[in-house]
Amino acid sequence: MERRVFGVETEFGLTHLGRERRGLPPDEVARYLFRPVVDWGRSSNVFIPNASRLYLDVGSHPEYATAECDDLLDLIASDRAGELIMHDLALRAEEALERDGFDGSLYLLKNNVDSRGNSYGSHENYLIPRATHFRRLSTVLLPFLVTRQVIAGAGHVLQSSDERAAHFAFSQRADHMWEGISSATTRSRPIINTRDEPHADAGIHRRLHVIVGDSNMSETTQLLRFGATDLVLRMIEAGVPVGDYELENPIGAIRHISHDITGTAAVRIRGGQELTAVEIQTGLLEKAKTFIARHGAHHEHVEKILELWERTLEAVRSGDHSLVDQEIDWAIKKRLVDEVAQRHGVGYDHPKLEQIDMAYHDVRPDRGLFHLLRRRGRAASLLSEERIRAAMMDPPATTRAAVRGHFLSTARAYGAEHTVDWVHHKLVDRPLEALMIKDPFVVEDERIEALLDKLGDRASQLRELSVEEREAQGVPLALSERYTLTADRPHSDPPVI
Amino acid sequence: MSEQPQKRSHGGPGEDGPGEEPGAVPGGSAQSQQKAGELDSLLDEIDSVLESNAEEFVKGFVQKGGQ
Repeated sequence: MERRVFGVETEFGLTHLGRERRGLPPDEVARYLFRPVVDWGRSSNVFIPNASRLYLDVGSHPEYATAECDDLLDLIASDRAGELIMHDLALRAEEALERDGFDGSLYLLKNNVDSRGNSYGSHENYLIPRATHFRRLSTVLLPFLVTRQVIAGAGHVLQSSDERAAHFAFSQRADHMWEGISSATTRSRPIINTRDEPHADAGIHRRLHVIVGDSNMSETTQLLRFGATDLVLRMIEAGVPVGDYELENPIGAIRHISHDITGTAAVRIRGGQELTAVEIQTGLLEKAKTFIARHGAHHEHVEKILELWERTLEAVRSGDHSLVDQEIDWAIKKRLVDEVAQRHGVGYDHPKLEQIDMAYHDVRPDRGLFHLLRRRGRAASLLSEERIRAAMMDPPATTRAAVRGHFLSTARAYGAEHTVDWVHHKLVDRPLEALMIKDPFVVEDERIEALLDKLGDRASQLRELSVEEREAQGVPLALSERYTLTADRPHSDPPVI
Repeated sequence: MSEQPQKRSHGGPGEDGPGEEPGAVPGGSAQSQQKAGELDSLLDEIDSVLESNAEEFVKGFVQKGGQ
């Protein structure tokens, strides 16, 4: 498969700190947060004009699922747009709370753990051919994902427990995974979830659902995370030999690796050999380099991904984290945590450092520590603010998401009741004409156009609004109307004779 | 991403490498003083945006488990 569809779903942590009295509990704050969403779509589970999905999930977590993307930068832009959408909602919720007498500060954290050890995720979706050998997912992909934390972990200040002292770990999520591959999600969180909902033609595609990842703040880390995973999948799909690193105990291994920031923790693979995460990753990286040398790069970021992959492994192997401490989340965070520890003369068991860890993931641009570091040139970025802002409003142009966004925005302009999901498009008044689009790479669909034509003469009646006009609507930018009806409205009263 | 930051100590917190305490470089070069100044300014800014009671903030951040 030359092109691949990607998506990321992010669950956010939510907390309200009251100024004079206790803040409200998360489920109540979540209702405030989603008030504009419910006003807009009469539900707390909606697809929005940029074709992404915005909803309240299990445990009242605000969640954002990016639209289908086939370009890694589009994917990262859509994910970053999700942060800003949540931020926009948070500011409005804070004001609404104050009006109701609940003065305080609302925090939305794009992280994966709270202070009591509850975890929530950052789930990746990769479209893979149905024919992909399941066996190779466990012998190649699973070891890759277990060790991927050393290149893409968000870093974590881990508190002391019976087993070990407080320390800095690679991953937030590692301690919360319970199985290698299974179909469960909350009951026994697996690294790879096999729930088979391809949202596409099930005869051709499978959706690989990866639950193990940490939520990343850094765009460069995201590029490496999704880009390297895509490369490993590509080798699996091509059937090239990638070595066999099948782990004896994937869950033991993922924790063991996370807890050893020196990167020397060894894990046992089938056959009894002991390897470090860096050795397994290096083995896969070398195969990927050979694969690309032979088959050519399939997108313009491949070289950058391979270079950053190699440099990050070298940083772990050598202990010289400064090699990547502007580009890889765990290293960016660790540098800051260690500086704060030194200034205050405290160790990893001090709440101050846990607070720094959490505040790194604060989505609020003027308060979140990742954003603060980026402004000071201590964290790299890939995308302009304009691109992320555009991704808040408009769907990616090169996938089915373009059709969904166009369909729902047009229906809204005509005031036509409608429902959409990843695959379906329906005007409520015309239930028998509901349409499915099973091909996620479709960017235009004649059937959809014919259905929308029944709403009116769009060429003369519909006008696309400018960015300025959308900003002026007074609603969250992501919920702004994309089209407006011009003067000759189809539903206006008949002229008086 | 144009340039790499300079090497630093990667010792754990509380480990006092000689001469690596940012404020304690008497007669250090202008460059190292500038770096120390930048770090001080960064840490001051961070202190100004964080909730002052770290423990309360951390303990108050409790969610239900998600997926």
